[in-house]
Amino acid sequence: MRRTSHRRVLGLLLAAGLGLTAASCGSGDEDKPAAQGSGDANAPVTITVGCQPPKSNPKERTAWDEDVAEFQQLHPNITIQSKDAFPCINPDTFQAKLAGGTQEDVFYVYYTDVQKIIKARQAADISQYLGDVKALKDIRPDVQSVFKDGDKSYGLPRNNYNMGLVYNRKLFTQAGLNPDSPPKTWAEVQEAAKKIAGLGAGYTGFGEYSAGNTGGWHFAASLYARGGSMVNDDGKTAAFNSPEGKAVLENLKKMRWDDNSMGTKQLLQWEDLMRMMGSGKLGMMIGAPDVVQSVNNDFQGKFEDYGVTAVPESEGKSSLSGGDGYMFNPKATPEKIKAGLLWLEFHELTPGKGQFDYERAKAQGRPVGLPIPDLYGDSKPGQEITALRKQFATVPVDHFTPYVSAQGSITNKLEPPKAQELYAVLDVAMSAVLTRKDADIDKLLSDAESKANKILAKNT
Amino acid sequence: MAHLVAKPPVRRSLPQGAARRAVGRNLTAYGFLCGALICFAFFSWYPMVREVVLSFQENNFVDPPKWVGFDNFRSVIEDPAFRAAWLNTAAFSGLALIVGYAIPFVLAVVLNELRHARGYLRFVVYLPVMLPPAVGVLLFKWFYDPGAGLFNQILDVFGLPPLSWLDSSSTALISLVLVSTWMNLGTGTLIYLAALQSIPGELYESAELDGAGLFRRVRHVTIPQTKLILLVMLMLQVVATMQVFIEPYLLTGGGPENATVTVAYLMYQYAFNFGDFGGGGALGLMLMVVLMVFSTIYLRIARDNEGGR
Repeated sequence: MRRTSHRRVLGLLLAAGLGLTAASCGSGDEDKPAAQGSGDANAPVTITVGCQPPKSNPKERTAWDEDVAEFQQLHPNITIQSKDAFPCINPDTFQAKLAGGTQEDVFYVYYTDVQKIIKARQAADISQYLGDVKALKDIRPDVQSVFKDGDKSYGLPRNNYNMGLVYNRKLFTQAGLNPDSPPKTWAEVQEAAKKIAGLGAGYTGFGEYSAGNTGGWHFAASLYARGGSMVNDDGKTAAFNSPEGKAVLENLKKMRWDDNSMGTKQLLQWEDLMRMMGSGKLGMMIGAPDVVQSVNNDFQGKFEDYGVTAVPESEGKSSLSGGDGYMFNPKATPEKIKAGLLWLEFHELTPGKGQFDYERAKAQGRPVGLPIPDLYGDSKPGQEITALRKQFATVPVDHFTPYVSAQGSITNKLEPPKAQELYAVLDVAMSAVLTRKDADIDKLLSDAESKANKILAKNT
Repeated sequence: MAHLVAKPPVRRSLPQGAARRAVGRNLTAYGFLCGALICFAFFSWYPMVREVVLSFQENNFVDPPKWVGFDNFRSVIEDPAFRAAWLNTAAFSGLALIVGYAIPFVLAVVLNELRHARGYLRFVVYLPVMLPPAVGVLLFKWFYDPGAGLFNQILDVFGLPPLSWLDSSSTALISLVLVSTWMNLGTGTLIYLAALQSIPGELYESAELDGAGLFRRVRHVTIPQTKLILLVMLMLQVVATMQVFIEPYLLTGGGPENATVTVAYLMYQYAFNFGDFGGGGALGLMLMVVLMVFSTIYLRIARDNEGGR
């Protein structure tokens, strides 16, 4: 009798525990499709928006909060609930937030992930609402195309740039090089790298990634700049096993093993090169002007020590584009999407407002003058933004002149389909060339090609 | 605490008051049990069940999941890194067993023999366990630096040529094993030490009277007396090392040339970098099945050996 009652108690406790678990893991209200809107254009609507600057960045946070207040004054029916995070998106938590119903209505995204998100149907199709975004007609078509799949649009850009060559002007001077005349050919890069590496122990002339998928990413950047492609036009087969692909690896192999100008430590990932650049011991790396921003903000570098130019020999060819923007939760109501578009146009796309309020940025002591974001090219808003940048510049604008001047002859090229998978495959080739003197480049590219073809064939 | 100790089943009915008290006492125990059950349900069982389900689904966490049978398994098996991941994982476990299994036991024996500074040395041995794993791993990133790293500086002092450590596919995996061993040996050492200290001193005294030296004492007294702990630790170590992730994630990113890609690292790549939770789930399920089969066979052999004695 006693054992029976104990069993019953135990059974009840188990059932309660498991029931609680099941309840907690079941669908909450957030998972249900959002209710349709009332149809009234002035009905109150609240939207959650990602990428509010964190508290550790008080100046940018203050600016954001001021913008939210101004926007809400302009649109009294819209309430913005800002969600802060640093970094703005963590791919590790993206799926979990979506599954848990905590993904923002208007969420931040890097270019690299946009097509993956669209293919997985994890963002709302906003095509029918874009007619209200007046800035759209002036946005560079290649930039907006990042957020498109066929005729459908899924987001708006916030930042846009393409890859260049970031270099340390101070080290150039120390090595007897002219920082106002950065390398234009790979031969010049090799010579400059040798001189910088010759400054002493710990100095690296040219740094390159080769692990955590970043090696493949930079392989693509170098390949595009030489006129190559990652995949064929149909996107179903790899195209990097080409003379251009071979040239990328041969160049690295020469600098690493013949010139000894790339340092001995390899398998570098994103943060490693940032740290090396910030410490003032790295001469050059492939990167966009945002690298200088990161090095200045987070890795103890100083704006005035760095310059950016185009990737050598890339004029008349392409450059891997990069940037970020916002997409919409697939469960967002039409009202939320419309409100989100109003906010994005106000904060991310209007010259003199939001992210382009350079007067305020200067007053706050924030850096102004980097040639990014380049959302509009040479259209009217683009010219306005460039003029504002010059007017309120706080960083040496001429350090970026070689990069800006080359833009007219360089085409932005998007990342390949299944970018992360292909980058993971090409990490192998990059790490082999940088860690093994006898690496067989032909074989590495051929192996990578067959692996990439298998990946591209899956669900293509 | 005495109230929590399980009692043998009672075969005759108790007086009513005593029964009520017994129920009261056991309710406390069930209360504690309930907390553990809920924690296990939340953090262990549910994720396991969910992972098994995910491995048979295509799920974008927006639309209703689609059952895809064994497609995810086929997909990951065809992955070029799949074979390398399993071979590396097996090699890591094997090397970790050779290096990481013996060292804590030897350390424990030495600590047990010491007469001075035992507390201090125990603290020193256990210190790496108290470090957050990421800190420990990143410390070794500096030690392994081919230029200014500590290890190559030491080699230089002895006139030896520098090693590439993490940057060479021939030394990268063993370098990860060393990190893992250093970070985890404290726990193993303390467990072995506890087992050693429970061996009756008379056994050693008898062995000494019979003329046994240190090695014979270890062989004929220490090892037989700690056999159960040694067997359990062997299984736990294999299960833990087969799931190695943080070392390749933080030190090598799977490189060079996939030399340190492990099953857990590939699982992470699928789930979080490629956004393919189905593929990640399939890999996780494969690893779980392999570990379950290993554990079952191992326990059966261990039990048979015990029975045969």
